[in-house]
Amino acid sequence: MAEMLYQRDVYGQTLIELGKKDSNIVVLDADLSGSTRTCLFAKEFKDRFVNFGVAEQNMVAASAGLASCGKTVFLSTFAIFATGRAWDQVRNTVAYNNFNIKIVATHAGVSVGPDGASHQALEDIALMRIIPTMKIIVPADGPQARDAVIAAYNTPGPVYVRLGRPKVPTITADKTFEFGKAQILTPGNDLTIIACGIMVKSALEAAGRLKEKGLNCRVINMHTVKPIDSQAIIEAARETKGIVVCEEHTVMGGLASAVDEIVAENSPVKVMRVGVKNRYGQSGEPDELIKEYGLSVEDIISACGKIV
Amino acid sequence: MDFEKKEIRLLEDKAKETRRLIIKMLVKAGSGHPGGSLSSTDLLTCLYFKVMKVNPKDPQWPDRDRFHLSKGHCCPALYAVLAELGYFPLEHLWTLRKLGSILQGHPDRKVPGVEVASGSLGQGLSVALGMSLAAKMDKKSYRVYCLMGDGETQEGNVWEAAMAGAHYKCDNLCAMIDYNGFQIDGCTKEIMNLEPLADKWRSFGWHAIEINGHSIREILGAYEEAKTTKGKPSVIIARTIKGKGVSFMENVLDFHGRAPTKEEAEIALKELE
Repeated sequence: MAEMLYQRDVYGQTLIELGKKDSNIVVLDADLSGSTRTCLFAKEFKDRFVNFGVAEQNMVAASAGLASCGKTVFLSTFAIFATGRAWDQVRNTVAYNNFNIKIVATHAGVSVGPDGASHQALEDIALMRIIPTMKIIVPADGPQARDAVIAAYNTPGPVYVRLGRPKVPTITADKTFEFGKAQILTPGNDLTIIACGIMVKSALEAAGRLKEKGLNCRVINMHTVKPIDSQAIIEAARETKGIVVCEEHTVMGGLASAVDEIVAENSPVKVMRVGVKNRYGQSGEPDELIKEYGLSVEDIISACGKIV
Repeated sequence: MDFEKKEIRLLEDKAKETRRLIIKMLVKAGSGHPGGSLSSTDLLTCLYFKVMKVNPKDPQWPDRDRFHLSKGHCCPALYAVLAELGYFPLEHLWTLRKLGSILQGHPDRKVPGVEVASGSLGQGLSVALGMSLAAKMDKKSYRVYCLMGDGETQEGNVWEAAMAGAHYKCDNLCAMIDYNGFQIDGCTKEIMNLEPLADKWRSFGWHAIEINGHSIREILGAYEEAKTTKGKPSVIIARTIKGKGVSFMENVLDFHGRAPTKEEAEIALKELE
Protein backbone atom coordinates (compact mmCIF):
# COMPACT_ATOMS: atom_id res chain seq x y z
CA MET A 1 0.00 0.00 0.00
CA ALA A 2 1.41 3.35 -1.00
CA GLU A 3 2.10 6.05 1.58
CA MET A 4 -0.82 8.53 1.85
CA LEU A 5 -0.11 12.23 2.43
CA TYR A 6 -1.93 15.52 2.48
CA GLN A 7 -0.19 17.84 0.02
CA ARG A 8 -1.16 20.72 2.30
CA ASP A 9 0.65 19.19 5.27
CA VAL A 10 3.74 18.83 3.13
CA TYR A 11 3.32 22.46 2.09
CA GLY A 12 3.19 23.69 5.69
CA GLN A 13 6.24 21.64 6.62
CA THR A 14 8.16 22.85 3.56
CA LEU A 15 7.37 26.46 4.48
CA ILE A 16 9.01 25.92 7.87
CA GLU A 17 12.03 24.38 6.16
CA LEU A 18 12.35 27.40 3.84
CA GLY A 19 11.53 29.84 6.63
CA LYS A 20 14.46 28.58 8.68
CA LYS A 21 16.86 29.11 5.80
CA ASP A 22 15.53 32.44 4.58
CA SER A 23 14.37 35.13 7.00
CA ASN A 24 13.03 37.10 4.05
CA ILE A 25 10.10 34.74 3.52
CA VAL A 26 6.69 36.05 4.53
CA VAL A 27 3.51 33.95 4.55
CA LEU A 28 -0.01 35.31 4.13
CA ASP A 29 -3.40 33.68 4.54
CA ALA A 30 -7.03 34.76 4.50
CA ASP A 31 -8.67 32.96 7.41
CA LEU A 32 -7.97 29.46 6.07
CA SER A 33 -4.56 28.83 7.64
CA GLY A 34 -5.83 25.69 9.38
CA SER A 35 -6.94 24.21 6.07
CA THR A 36 -4.07 25.42 3.88
CA ARG A 37 -1.66 24.47 6.69
CA THR A 38 0.15 27.81 6.65
CA CYS A 39 -0.71 27.67 10.38
CA LEU A 40 2.40 25.49 10.76
CA PHE A 41 4.59 28.37 9.57
CA ALA A 42 2.56 30.87 11.61
CA LYS A 43 3.25 28.92 14.80
CA GLU A 44 6.98 28.85 14.13
CA PHE A 45 7.43 32.37 12.70
CA LYS A 46 4.70 34.53 14.24
CA ASP A 47 6.28 37.80 13.07
CA ARG A 48 6.50 36.74 9.44
CA PHE A 49 2.91 35.59 9.09
CA VAL A 50 -0.04 37.87 8.35
CA ASN A 51 -3.66 36.80 8.52
CA PHE A 52 -5.89 39.06 6.42
CA GLY A 53 -9.21 37.65 7.58
CA VAL A 54 -11.81 36.91 4.92
CA ALA A 55 -10.36 39.43 2.44
CA GLU A 56 -8.55 37.74 -0.42
CA GLN A 57 -8.34 40.82 -2.64
CA ASN A 58 -6.62 42.76 0.13
CA MET A 59 -4.23 39.89 0.80
CA VAL A 60 -3.21 39.52 -2.84
CA ALA A 61 -2.72 43.25 -3.45
CA ALA A 62 -0.86 43.66 -0.15
CA SER A 63 1.50 40.85 -1.16
CA ALA A 64 2.73 43.19 -3.92
CA GLY A 65 3.55 45.88 -1.37
CA LEU A 66 5.53 43.38 0.69
CA ALA A 67 7.33 42.06 -2.39
CA SER A 68 8.19 45.59 -3.51
CA CYS A 69 10.07 45.91 -0.20
CA GLY A 70 12.13 42.82 -0.99
CA LYS A 71 10.07 40.06 0.63
CA THR A 72 9.52 36.66 -0.93
CA VAL A 73 5.83 36.12 -0.35
CA PHE A 74 3.92 32.84 -0.11
CA LEU A 75 0.18 33.42 0.00
CA SER A 76 -2.49 30.80 0.44
CA THR A 77 -6.22 30.31 0.39
CA PHE A 78 -8.52 27.97 -1.52
CA ALA A 79 -7.85 27.84 -5.27
CA ILE A 80 -11.24 29.27 -6.15
CA PHE A 81 -10.63 32.43 -4.11
CA ALA A 82 -6.95 32.94 -4.97
CA THR A 83 -7.54 32.76 -8.70
CA GLY A 84 -11.18 33.80 -9.02
CA ARG A 85 -12.03 36.28 -6.30
CA ALA A 86 -8.69 38.06 -6.60
CA TRP A 87 -7.95 37.59 -10.31
CA ASP A 88 -7.62 41.29 -11.09
CA GLN A 89 -5.23 41.71 -8.13
CA VAL A 90 -3.18 38.77 -9.42
CA ARG A 91 -3.16 40.07 -12.99
CA ASN A 92 -2.55 43.79 -12.45
CA THR A 93 -0.69 43.98 -9.17
CA VAL A 94 1.18 40.68 -8.68
CA ALA A 95 1.98 39.44 -12.18
CA TYR A 96 2.24 42.70 -14.15
CA ASN A 97 4.90 43.81 -11.68
CA ASN A 98 6.57 40.39 -11.97
CA PHE A 99 6.97 40.24 -8.20
CA ASN A 100 8.41 37.35 -6.25
CA ILE A 101 5.03 36.11 -5.07
CA LYS A 102 4.09 32.44 -4.80
CA ILE A 103 0.39 31.67 -4.78
CA VAL A 104 0.02 28.23 -3.23
CA ALA A 105 -3.66 27.40 -3.40
CA THR A 106 -5.31 24.34 -1.90
CA HIS A 107 -8.68 22.61 -2.34
CA ALA A 108 -8.58 22.53 -6.13
CA GLY A 109 -10.92 20.33 -8.18
CA VAL A 110 -14.00 18.22 -7.43
CA SER A 111 -12.04 16.13 -4.91
CA VAL A 112 -12.85 18.91 -2.41
CA GLY A 113 -15.98 16.79 -1.95
CA PRO A 114 -19.03 17.71 0.17
CA ASP A 115 -18.47 21.51 0.14
CA GLY A 116 -19.80 21.49 -3.42
CA ALA A 117 -19.59 23.72 -6.49
CA SER A 118 -18.76 27.07 -4.87
CA HIS A 119 -15.57 25.61 -3.38
CA GLN A 120 -14.42 23.35 -6.21
CA ALA A 121 -12.04 25.31 -8.46
CA LEU A 122 -12.24 23.88 -11.97
CA GLU A 123 -11.03 26.98 -13.81
CA ASP A 124 -7.95 28.03 -11.84
CA ILE A 125 -5.29 26.62 -14.18
CA ALA A 126 -6.94 28.41 -17.11
CA LEU A 127 -7.20 31.66 -15.18
CA MET A 128 -3.52 31.61 -14.25
CA ARG A 129 -2.24 30.25 -17.58
CA ILE A 130 -3.38 33.29 -19.56
CA ILE A 131 -1.40 35.72 -17.40
CA PRO A 132 1.94 36.50 -19.13
CA THR A 133 4.48 36.26 -16.27
CA MET A 134 2.72 33.48 -14.33
CA LYS A 135 4.22 29.99 -13.95
CA ILE A 136 2.13 26.97 -12.89
CA ILE A 137 3.02 23.77 -11.04
CA VAL A 138 0.47 21.02 -10.33
CA PRO A 139 2.23 18.37 -8.21
CA ALA A 140 1.00 14.78 -8.35
CA ASP A 141 1.45 13.75 -4.72
CA GLY A 142 2.86 14.65 -1.30
CA PRO A 143 6.60 14.52 -2.01
CA GLN A 144 6.07 16.39 -5.28
CA ALA A 145 4.22 19.12 -3.38
CA ARG A 146 7.51 19.76 -1.56
CA ASP A 147 9.39 19.79 -4.89
CA ALA A 148 6.84 22.26 -6.26
CA VAL A 149 7.07 24.64 -3.31
CA ILE A 150 10.88 24.61 -3.43
CA ALA A 151 10.85 25.12 -7.20
CA ALA A 152 8.44 28.03 -6.76
CA TYR A 153 10.82 29.52 -4.19
CA ASN A 154 13.79 29.12 -6.54
CA THR A 155 11.96 30.48 -9.60
CA PRO A 156 11.93 34.29 -9.81
CA GLY A 157 8.60 36.04 -10.29
CA PRO A 158 5.05 34.86 -9.69
CA VAL A 159 4.31 31.13 -9.48
CA TYR A 160 0.99 29.36 -8.97
CA VAL A 161 1.10 26.02 -7.16
CA ARG A 162 -2.11 23.95 -7.20
CA LEU A 163 -2.75 21.55 -4.31
CA GLY A 164 -5.70 19.31 -3.47
CA ARG A 165 -7.71 18.69 -0.33
CA PRO A 166 -7.66 14.88 0.24
CA LYS A 167 -4.82 12.58 1.16
CA VAL A 168 -3.10 11.24 -1.94
CA PRO A 169 -0.93 8.15 -2.50
CA THR A 170 2.76 8.71 -3.08
CA ILE A 171 3.83 7.75 -6.61
CA THR A 172 6.79 9.99 -7.44
CA ALA A 173 9.06 9.31 -4.43
CA ASP A 174 11.88 7.89 -6.57
CA LYS A 175 11.57 10.47 -9.36
CA THR A 176 13.75 13.53 -9.84
CA PHE A 177 11.79 16.77 -10.15
CA GLU A 178 12.93 19.42 -12.57
CA PHE A 179 10.86 22.59 -12.99
CA GLY A 180 9.56 22.81 -16.56
CA LYS A 181 10.57 19.26 -17.47
CA ALA A 182 7.94 16.55 -17.88
CA GLN A 183 8.42 13.24 -16.06
CA ILE A 184 8.08 10.18 -18.28
CA LEU A 185 6.74 7.70 -15.73
CA THR A 186 6.33 4.72 -18.09
CA PRO A 187 7.78 4.29 -21.57
CA GLY A 188 5.54 3.23 -24.44
CA ASN A 189 4.97 3.87 -28.12
CA ASP A 190 1.33 2.93 -28.73
CA LEU A 191 -0.24 6.01 -27.21
CA THR A 192 0.48 8.71 -24.64
CA ILE A 193 -1.37 9.73 -21.49
CA ILE A 194 -0.43 13.18 -20.18
CA ALA A 195 -1.73 14.06 -16.72
CA CYS A 196 -1.21 16.42 -13.81
CA GLY A 197 -2.14 16.42 -10.12
CA ILE A 198 -4.19 13.53 -8.74
CA MET A 199 -4.93 12.33 -12.28
CA VAL A 200 -1.36 11.06 -12.65
CA LYS A 201 -2.08 8.10 -10.35
CA SER A 202 -5.21 7.25 -12.36
CA ALA A 203 -3.24 7.55 -15.60
CA LEU A 204 -0.72 5.02 -14.30
CA GLU A 205 -3.51 2.62 -13.33
CA ALA A 206 -5.17 2.99 -16.73
CA ALA A 207 -1.83 2.31 -18.44
CA GLY A 208 -1.36 -0.79 -16.28
CA ARG A 209 -4.74 -2.16 -17.32
CA LEU A 210 -4.13 -1.38 -21.00
CA LYS A 211 -0.78 -3.13 -20.83
CA GLU A 212 -2.62 -6.33 -19.92
CA LYS A 213 -4.40 -5.93 -23.26
CA GLY A 214 -1.08 -5.50 -25.03
CA LEU A 215 -1.11 -1.70 -25.36
CA ASN A 216 2.01 0.17 -24.25
CA CYS A 217 1.13 3.65 -23.00
CA ARG A 218 3.65 6.38 -22.39
CA VAL A 219 2.57 8.09 -19.16
CA ILE A 220 3.76 11.64 -18.71
CA ASN A 221 3.45 13.60 -15.47
CA MET A 222 3.19 17.20 -16.67
CA HIS A 223 3.70 18.73 -13.25
CA THR A 224 4.78 22.06 -14.72
CA VAL A 225 1.84 23.29 -16.78
CA LYS A 226 3.56 26.58 -17.58
CA PRO A 227 6.14 26.86 -19.01
CA ILE A 228 5.12 23.55 -20.52
CA ASP A 229 7.61 20.95 -21.77
CA SER A 230 6.66 21.25 -25.45
CA GLN A 231 9.44 18.91 -26.55
CA ALA A 232 7.96 16.03 -24.56
CA ILE A 233 4.56 16.72 -26.15
CA ILE A 234 5.91 16.94 -29.71
CA GLU A 235 7.84 13.69 -29.22
CA ALA A 236 4.69 11.99 -27.90
CA ALA A 237 2.72 13.27 -30.88
CA ARG A 238 5.34 12.00 -33.33
CA GLU A 239 6.17 8.68 -31.69
CA THR A 240 2.72 7.48 -30.54
CA LYS A 241 -0.73 7.23 -32.16
CA GLY A 242 -2.38 9.92 -30.09
CA ILE A 243 -2.62 11.64 -26.73
CA VAL A 244 -5.10 11.48 -23.85
CA VAL A 245 -4.87 14.45 -21.48
CA CYS A 246 -6.20 14.06 -17.93
CA GLU A 247 -6.82 16.86 -15.45
CA GLU A 248 -9.13 17.54 -12.53
CA HIS A 249 -10.16 20.81 -14.18
CA THR A 250 -12.43 22.01 -16.96
CA VAL A 251 -11.30 20.74 -20.35
CA MET A 252 -11.21 24.38 -21.49
CA GLY A 253 -8.08 26.44 -20.96
CA GLY A 254 -6.07 24.10 -18.76
CA LEU A 255 -3.54 21.34 -19.41
CA ALA A 256 -5.57 19.84 -22.28
CA SER A 257 -5.67 23.18 -24.06
CA ALA A 258 -1.94 23.66 -23.52
CA VAL A 259 -1.26 20.24 -25.09
CA ASP A 260 -3.73 20.92 -27.94
CA GLU A 261 -1.95 24.17 -28.79
CA ILE A 262 1.46 22.50 -29.06
CA VAL A 263 0.16 19.47 -30.99
CA ALA A 264 -1.91 21.52 -33.45
CA GLU A 265 1.02 23.77 -34.33
CA ASN A 266 3.71 21.11 -34.51
CA SER A 267 2.50 17.59 -35.19
CA PRO A 268 -1.27 17.13 -35.37
CA VAL A 269 -2.55 13.87 -33.88
CA LYS A 270 -5.78 12.99 -32.14
CA VAL A 271 -6.02 14.40 -28.60
CA MET A 272 -8.76 13.20 -26.22
CA ARG A 273 -9.56 15.21 -23.10
CA VAL A 274 -10.43 13.63 -19.77
CA GLY A 275 -11.64 16.49 -17.59
CA VAL A 276 -14.76 18.30 -16.48
CA LYS A 277 -17.00 19.06 -19.46
CA ASN A 278 -18.51 22.54 -19.08
CA ARG A 279 -20.16 21.79 -15.73
CA TYR A 280 -20.06 23.05 -12.16
CA GLY A 281 -19.13 20.62 -9.41
CA GLN A 282 -21.51 19.49 -6.65
CA SER A 283 -21.54 17.90 -3.20
CA GLY A 284 -20.55 14.27 -2.79
CA GLU A 285 -17.64 12.13 -1.71
CA PRO A 286 -14.43 12.63 -3.75
CA ASP A 287 -14.53 9.13 -5.30
CA GLU A 288 -18.20 9.55 -6.22
CA LEU A 289 -17.48 12.91 -7.84
CA ILE A 290 -14.48 11.57 -9.75
CA LYS A 291 -16.86 9.03 -11.35
CA GLU A 292 -19.73 11.47 -11.85
CA TYR A 293 -17.49 13.95 -13.67
CA GLY A 294 -15.82 11.43 -15.97
CA LEU A 295 -12.40 11.49 -14.28
CA SER A 296 -12.08 7.79 -13.35
CA VAL A 297 -9.57 5.18 -14.52
CA GLU A 298 -12.38 3.71 -16.67
CA ASP A 299 -12.91 7.10 -18.30
CA ILE A 300 -9.21 7.29 -19.18
CA ILE A 301 -9.27 3.76 -20.62
CA SER A 302 -12.33 4.57 -22.70
CA ALA A 303 -10.67 7.77 -24.02
CA CYS A 304 -7.61 5.69 -24.98
CA GLY A 305 -9.97 3.35 -26.83
CA LYS A 306 -11.04 6.22 -29.06
CA ILE A 307 -7.47 6.61 -30.30
CA VAL A 308 -6.42 3.00 -30.94
CA MET B 1 3.67 74.17 13.61
CA ASP B 2 4.32 77.32 11.64
CA PHE B 3 5.78 76.99 8.20
CA GLU B 4 7.86 79.80 6.87
CA LYS B 5 6.11 81.99 4.31
CA LYS B 6 9.10 81.67 2.01
CA GLU B 7 8.92 77.91 2.03
CA ILE B 8 5.22 77.99 1.27
CA ARG B 9 5.80 80.33 -1.65
CA LEU B 10 8.50 77.99 -2.93
CA LEU B 11 6.11 75.04 -2.81
CA GLU B 12 3.42 77.11 -4.54
CA ASP B 13 5.90 77.83 -7.33
CA LYS B 14 6.75 74.12 -7.58
CA ALA B 15 3.06 73.29 -7.83
CA LYS B 16 2.59 75.85 -10.60
CA GLU B 17 5.54 74.47 -12.53
CA THR B 18 4.18 70.94 -12.05
CA ARG B 19 0.82 72.04 -13.43
CA ARG B 20 2.53 73.59 -16.45
CA LEU B 21 4.36 70.32 -17.12
CA ILE B 22 1.11 68.38 -16.81
CA ILE B 23 -0.57 70.55 -19.46
CA LYS B 24 2.46 70.30 -21.76
CA MET B 25 2.63 66.52 -21.38
CA LEU B 26 -1.05 65.99 -21.99
CA VAL B 27 -1.28 68.15 -25.09
CA LYS B 28 1.68 66.26 -26.58
CA ALA B 29 0.19 62.91 -25.60
CA GLY B 30 -3.19 63.80 -27.02
CA SER B 31 -5.00 61.83 -24.32
CA GLY B 32 -4.92 61.42 -20.54
CA HIS B 33 -6.47 62.78 -17.38
CA PRO B 34 -5.90 66.48 -16.61
CA GLY B 35 -8.73 66.96 -14.06
CA GLY B 36 -7.45 64.69 -11.30
CA SER B 37 -3.81 65.37 -12.08
CA LEU B 38 -4.37 69.07 -11.44
CA SER B 39 -6.51 68.51 -8.34
CA SER B 40 -3.84 66.32 -6.70
CA THR B 41 -0.84 68.45 -7.69
CA ASP B 42 -0.54 70.34 -4.39
CA LEU B 43 -0.75 67.15 -2.31
CA LEU B 44 2.00 65.61 -4.43
CA THR B 45 4.37 68.56 -4.61
CA CYS B 46 4.24 69.08 -0.82
CA LEU B 47 4.89 65.37 -0.34
CA TYR B 48 7.86 65.09 -2.69
CA PHE B 49 9.48 68.51 -2.23
CA LYS B 50 9.07 68.76 1.54
CA VAL B 51 7.75 65.74 3.41
CA MET B 52 9.20 62.48 2.09
CA LYS B 53 12.72 61.22 2.65
CA VAL B 54 13.79 60.10 -0.81
CA ASN B 55 16.94 60.11 -2.90
CA PRO B 56 16.31 60.65 -6.63
CA LYS B 57 19.92 59.58 -7.34
CA ASP B 58 19.27 56.26 -5.60
CA PRO B 59 15.57 55.45 -6.14
CA GLN B 60 16.02 52.04 -4.43
CA TRP B 61 17.62 53.46 -1.25
CA PRO B 62 16.28 50.92 1.30
CA ASP B 63 15.28 53.48 3.94
CA ARG B 64 13.35 55.76 1.58
CA ASP B 65 9.79 56.73 2.36
CA ARG B 66 7.38 54.96 -0.01
CA PHE B 67 4.72 56.52 -2.20
CA HIS B 68 2.09 54.61 -4.14
CA LEU B 69 -0.25 56.29 -6.61
CA SER B 70 -3.44 54.28 -6.27
CA LYS B 71 -5.32 56.60 -8.63
CA GLY B 72 -2.97 55.61 -11.43
CA HIS B 73 -4.72 57.66 -14.10
CA CYS B 74 -3.32 60.81 -12.50
CA CYS B 75 0.25 59.74 -13.26
CA PRO B 76 1.03 62.91 -15.28
CA ALA B 77 1.24 64.75 -11.94
CA LEU B 78 3.55 62.07 -10.51
CA TYR B 79 5.72 61.89 -13.65
CA ALA B 80 6.12 65.68 -13.62
CA VAL B 81 7.22 65.70 -9.97
CA LEU B 82 9.63 62.79 -10.46
CA ALA B 83 11.18 64.48 -13.51
CA GLU B 84 11.53 67.79 -11.67
CA LEU B 85 13.36 65.94 -8.88
CA GLY B 86 15.70 64.30 -11.38
CA TYR B 87 14.54 60.67 -11.22
CA PHE B 88 14.71 60.72 -15.03
CA PRO B 89 15.43 63.34 -17.71
CA LEU B 90 12.73 65.96 -18.19
CA GLU B 91 12.59 65.19 -21.94
CA HIS B 92 11.03 61.81 -21.15
CA LEU B 93 7.85 63.67 -20.24
CA TRP B 94 7.16 64.35 -23.92
CA THR B 95 6.94 60.58 -24.59
CA LEU B 96 3.93 60.09 -22.30
CA ARG B 97 1.56 57.39 -23.64
CA LYS B 98 3.72 56.77 -26.73
CA LEU B 99 4.74 53.28 -27.91
CA GLY B 100 7.86 52.10 -26.11
CA SER B 101 7.90 54.91 -23.55
CA ILE B 102 8.60 54.23 -19.88
CA LEU B 103 5.80 56.71 -19.20
CA GLN B 104 2.82 54.44 -19.73
CA GLY B 105 -0.77 55.68 -19.55
CA HIS B 106 -0.85 54.29 -16.02
CA PRO B 107 2.25 53.93 -13.77
CA ASP B 108 4.72 51.15 -14.45
CA ARG B 109 7.82 50.03 -12.54
CA LYS B 110 9.93 50.89 -15.57
CA VAL B 111 9.80 54.47 -14.26
CA PRO B 112 12.53 55.23 -11.71
CA GLY B 113 10.68 56.19 -8.54
CA VAL B 114 7.55 54.13 -9.22
CA GLU B 115 7.42 51.33 -6.63
CA VAL B 116 4.45 49.34 -7.92
CA ALA B 117 2.34 49.65 -11.07
CA SER B 118 -1.24 50.81 -10.71
CA GLY B 119 -4.28 51.56 -12.80
CA SER B 120 -6.94 49.16 -11.60
CA LEU B 121 -8.63 51.24 -8.90
CA GLY B 122 -9.13 50.13 -5.33
CA GLN B 123 -5.95 48.10 -4.88
CA GLY B 124 -3.45 50.80 -3.95
CA LEU B 125 -4.22 51.05 -0.25
CA SER B 126 -3.62 47.30 0.01
CA VAL B 127 -0.27 47.71 -1.73
CA ALA B 128 0.65 50.50 0.70
CA LEU B 129 -0.52 48.31 3.58
CA GLY B 130 1.90 45.62 2.41
CA MET B 131 4.75 48.17 2.40
CA SER B 132 3.75 49.32 5.87
CA LEU B 133 3.76 45.73 7.17
CA ALA B 134 7.18 45.16 5.58
CA ALA B 135 8.56 48.22 7.40
CA LYS B 136 7.21 46.93 10.70
CA MET B 137 8.64 43.43 10.13
CA ASP B 138 12.05 44.90 9.29
CA LYS B 139 11.84 47.45 12.14
CA LYS B 140 12.43 50.24 9.65
CA SER B 141 11.25 53.78 10.27
CA TYR B 142 10.25 54.73 6.73
CA ARG B 143 6.74 56.00 6.15
CA VAL B 144 4.28 54.93 3.47
CA TYR B 145 2.00 57.32 1.56
CA CYS B 146 -0.85 56.38 -0.73
CA LEU B 147 -2.88 58.75 -2.91
CA MET B 148 -6.42 57.65 -3.76
CA GLY B 149 -9.22 59.20 -5.73
CA ASP B 150 -12.55 59.96 -4.11
CA GLY B 151 -14.55 57.86 -6.58
CA GLU B 152 -12.04 55.08 -5.98
CA THR B 153 -13.28 54.67 -2.41
CA GLN B 154 -16.40 53.10 -3.91
CA GLU B 155 -14.27 49.97 -4.45
CA GLY B 156 -14.77 47.32 -1.75
CA ASN B 157 -11.06 46.43 -1.74
CA VAL B 158 -10.32 49.87 -0.23
CA TRP B 159 -12.33 49.02 2.88
CA GLU B 160 -10.70 45.61 3.26
CA ALA B 161 -7.38 47.46 3.40
CA ALA B 162 -8.82 50.09 5.75
CA MET B 163 -9.95 47.40 8.19
CA ALA B 164 -6.54 45.69 8.10
CA GLY B 165 -4.56 48.94 8.42
CA ALA B 166 -6.33 49.73 11.70
CA HIS B 167 -6.17 46.12 12.91
CA TYR B 168 -2.40 46.05 12.48
CA LYS B 169 -2.03 49.58 13.93
CA CYS B 170 -0.16 50.81 10.86
CA ASP B 171 0.76 54.28 12.11
CA ASN B 172 3.51 54.46 9.50
CA LEU B 173 0.78 54.57 6.85
CA CYS B 174 -0.83 57.75 5.56
CA ALA B 175 -3.57 57.70 2.92
CA MET B 176 -4.63 60.80 1.02
CA ILE B 177 -7.97 61.17 -0.72
CA ASP B 178 -8.14 63.71 -3.53
CA TYR B 179 -11.75 64.70 -2.87
CA ASN B 180 -12.60 66.72 -5.98
CA GLY B 181 -16.18 65.50 -6.03
CA PHE B 182 -16.18 64.19 -9.59
CA GLN B 183 -15.87 60.80 -11.23
CA ILE B 184 -16.11 59.92 -14.92
CA ASP B 185 -19.87 59.67 -15.06
CA GLY B 186 -20.63 62.75 -12.95
CA CYS B 187 -20.60 64.11 -9.38
CA THR B 188 -19.76 61.55 -6.72
CA LYS B 189 -22.85 62.83 -4.88
CA GLU B 190 -25.05 61.70 -7.76
CA ILE B 191 -23.23 58.59 -8.96
CA MET B 192 -22.50 56.99 -5.58
CA ASN B 193 -22.51 59.21 -2.53
CA LEU B 194 -19.41 58.91 -0.34
CA GLU B 195 -20.66 60.88 2.66
CA PRO B 196 -20.11 60.89 5.53
CA LEU B 197 -16.60 60.04 4.33
CA ALA B 198 -14.51 61.11 7.34
CA ASP B 199 -16.92 59.31 9.68
CA LYS B 200 -16.52 56.13 7.64
CA TRP B 201 -12.74 56.22 8.08
CA ARG B 202 -13.02 57.08 11.78
CA SER B 203 -15.42 54.18 12.32
CA PHE B 204 -12.84 51.92 10.65
CA GLY B 205 -10.30 53.03 13.27
CA TRP B 206 -8.36 55.63 11.28
CA HIS B 207 -7.30 59.13 12.27
CA ALA B 208 -9.06 61.33 9.70
CA ILE B 209 -7.86 64.85 8.89
CA GLU B 210 -10.03 67.10 6.73
CA ILE B 211 -8.32 69.94 4.88
CA ASN B 212 -8.41 72.26 1.91
CA GLY B 213 -6.26 70.32 -0.53
CA HIS B 214 -4.96 73.45 -2.21
CA SER B 215 -3.69 75.19 0.91
CA ILE B 216 0.01 74.40 1.23
CA ARG B 217 -0.11 75.36 4.90
CA GLU B 218 -2.99 72.94 5.62
CA ILE B 219 -1.42 70.16 3.56
CA LEU B 220 1.91 70.39 5.39
CA GLY B 221 0.09 70.57 8.71
CA ALA B 222 -1.89 67.43 7.88
CA TYR B 223 1.20 65.44 6.87
CA GLU B 224 2.79 66.46 10.18
CA GLU B 225 -0.32 65.52 12.15
CA ALA B 226 -0.37 62.11 10.45
CA LYS B 227 3.29 61.57 11.27
CA THR B 228 2.77 62.26 14.95
CA THR B 229 -0.41 60.18 15.27
CA LYS B 230 0.50 56.89 16.93
CA GLY B 231 -1.29 53.56 17.16
CA LYS B 232 -3.45 53.99 14.07
CA PRO B 233 -3.11 54.92 10.40
CA SER B 234 -4.10 58.38 9.18
CA VAL B 235 -6.14 59.52 6.21
CA ILE B 236 -6.03 63.04 4.83
CA ILE B 237 -9.33 63.92 3.18
CA ALA B 238 -8.35 66.80 0.95
CA ARG B 239 -11.14 68.92 -0.51
CA THR B 240 -9.91 69.82 -3.95
CA ILE B 241 -11.08 71.32 -7.23
CA LYS B 242 -10.97 69.13 -10.29
CA GLY B 243 -8.82 70.84 -12.94
CA LYS B 244 -7.42 73.29 -10.33
CA GLY B 245 -5.39 76.17 -11.74
CA VAL B 246 -6.93 76.34 -15.22
CA SER B 247 -10.14 78.40 -15.22
CA PHE B 248 -11.95 76.56 -17.98
CA MET B 249 -11.02 73.13 -16.57
CA GLU B 250 -12.07 73.77 -12.98
CA ASN B 251 -15.03 71.59 -12.00
CA VAL B 252 -15.62 70.68 -15.65
CA LEU B 253 -16.39 66.98 -15.94
CA ASP B 254 -15.24 66.82 -19.57
CA PHE B 255 -11.62 67.27 -18.45
CA HIS B 256 -11.61 64.16 -16.26
CA GLY B 257 -10.27 62.13 -19.15
CA ARG B 258 -9.71 64.47 -22.11
CA ALA B 259 -6.44 66.14 -23.01
CA PRO B 260 -6.50 69.85 -23.86
CA THR B 261 -6.29 70.89 -27.51
CA LYS B 262 -3.31 73.01 -28.63
CA GLU B 263 -5.38 76.17 -28.31
CA GLU B 264 -6.69 75.21 -24.89
CA ALA B 265 -3.17 74.36 -23.73
CA GLU B 266 -1.89 77.78 -24.79
CA ILE B 267 -4.53 79.52 -22.73
CA ALA B 268 -3.92 77.17 -19.81
CA LEU B 269 -0.16 77.81 -19.83
CA LYS B 270 -0.77 81.57 -19.87
CA GLU B 271 -3.02 81.25 -16.83
CA LEU B 272 -0.28 79.26 -15.08
CA GLU B 273 2.49 81.81 -15.68
